[in-house]
Amino acid sequence: MKTYDLTTPMTEKEINTLQAGDKVLISGVIYTARDAAHKRMIDTLEAGGSLPFDIRGQMIYYMGPTPAREGQVIGSAGPTTAGRMDFFTPQLLERGLSGMLAKGMRSQTVIDAMQKYGAVYFGAVGGAGAYLSSCIKAAEVIAYDDLGPEAIRRLEVEKLPAIVLIDRQGNDLYKIGRKKYECLEEGILG
Amino acid sequence: MKTLDAKIITETIKDMCIKTNCIMSENIKSTLEDALNAEISPQGCEALECILTNADIAEKGMIPLCQDTGTAVIFAAVGQDLHITGGDLTEAINEGVREGYTDGYLRKSIVDGPFSRKNTGDNTPAVIHYDIVPGSDITITVAPKGQGSENMSAVKMCKPAEGLKGVEEFIVKTVSEAGANPCPPIIVGVGVGGTMDKAAVMAKKALLREVGEHNPDPEIAAVEDELLTRINKLGIGPEGYGGTQTAMAVNMDVYPTHIAALPVAVNINCHISRHMTVTLCGKEQ
Repeated sequence: MKTYDLTTPMTEKEINTLQAGDKVLISGVIYTARDAAHKRMIDTLEAGGSLPFDIRGQMIYYMGPTPAREGQVIGSAGPTTAGRMDFFTPQLLERGLSGMLAKGMRSQTVIDAMQKYGAVYFGAVGGAGAYLSSCIKAAEVIAYDDLGPEAIRRLEVEKLPAIVLIDRQGNDLYKIGRKKYECLEEGILG
Repeated sequence: MKTLDAKIITETIKDMCIKTNCIMSENIKSTLEDALNAEISPQGCEALECILTNADIAEKGMIPLCQDTGTAVIFAAVGQDLHITGGDLTEAINEGVREGYTDGYLRKSIVDGPFSRKNTGDNTPAVIHYDIVPGSDITITVAPKGQGSENMSAVKMCKPAEGLKGVEEFIVKTVSEAGANPCPPIIVGVGVGGTMDKAAVMAKKALLREVGEHNPDPEIAAVEDELLTRINKLGIGPEGYGGTQTAMAVNMDVYPTHIAALPVAVNINCHISRHMTVTLCGKEQ
């Protein structure tokens, strides 16, 4: 398994080079947004408004944390399931989003848009929110405060461990990994 | 008549909500350690190492293992000779959830309605399943359920002619289609028989078993083993990265059913598999 240190925003070369299955340690600024924030961003765009931050070249982390205790930067902060955002994602990719960090499978429509506009989908380990929070060095709500855990946050992360799930070429670790280890037998579907 | 103060129930629920969200059970931890030893996929091993490190960090800092601290699912087996004093039982349970999720810095994920979707702000109401049992104790289980795994669950009203084979195909298909989404290695809870609702509750209750504990009926236990082997051949692996460790256990419970029925429910739990049980004894007045 190849391991890369990756600093956001990613360069065009990094976007094109990373391969499904590579390990990366992400440092730099990333933004959080999940279900309600995605809906509001898309509604805003459709109403002719603008996004609360410049998404060109940026990475969105699909995450809604637990509340921070006194003295903590953030609470537990692991990824949520990405598929629920699939409906909104192509419009953000079209506007220049180049990285997504989450967990779970993506639709072919999203994969096609990633190839078309140039983006990488990274996976953080689901259910490892305490560990992942230790990689977050600063957190600030920058928009949609009323959404509570679903507000948009600007995070500064340091060596946050992730795996390339779907690369720019459309290779999908979920399909590749499964094919490599499955023992085919009759009668199993899907 | 034995009695129990509702405040004790509230305190107990509060404590369990916090502990079960921050401390991985020894049973799951040792099962995941075994999975790490058995896994052959490098990405799968990476995921399992991360999961085990997470458990250490969470317990030391009392930080929730997962940011999705779930719907508070509560099972309460109430002794029919127990009298609860000082308040309403359901409200005492909800108050425990309210205090646990607030004081424990847990995420409030419940919205007030499926369409209005306004956050209730304190993770209530809980989803409560009551059983009336003999005796004068109350046994309470708190099982916070994350939605990543819950969303991959399914029910099918099979035809009796489909038999065990049809039921098995549905279970394997459900897990296969769930893939990476429920955060494997998973626990697969299965309820077969009864009615649609009965099968679903049995499936959820089956998730409460310790890993290694089989259905007492040897025939059903054999089905559990066979299904676990088949599921681990799917190749999904830890976190869906590919590998041999897709499920830690398949727990099946069955119930008598109608001559025309063969309901099957599959409820999937993530690798943390949060649940904790306490029995409170009534006191003689």
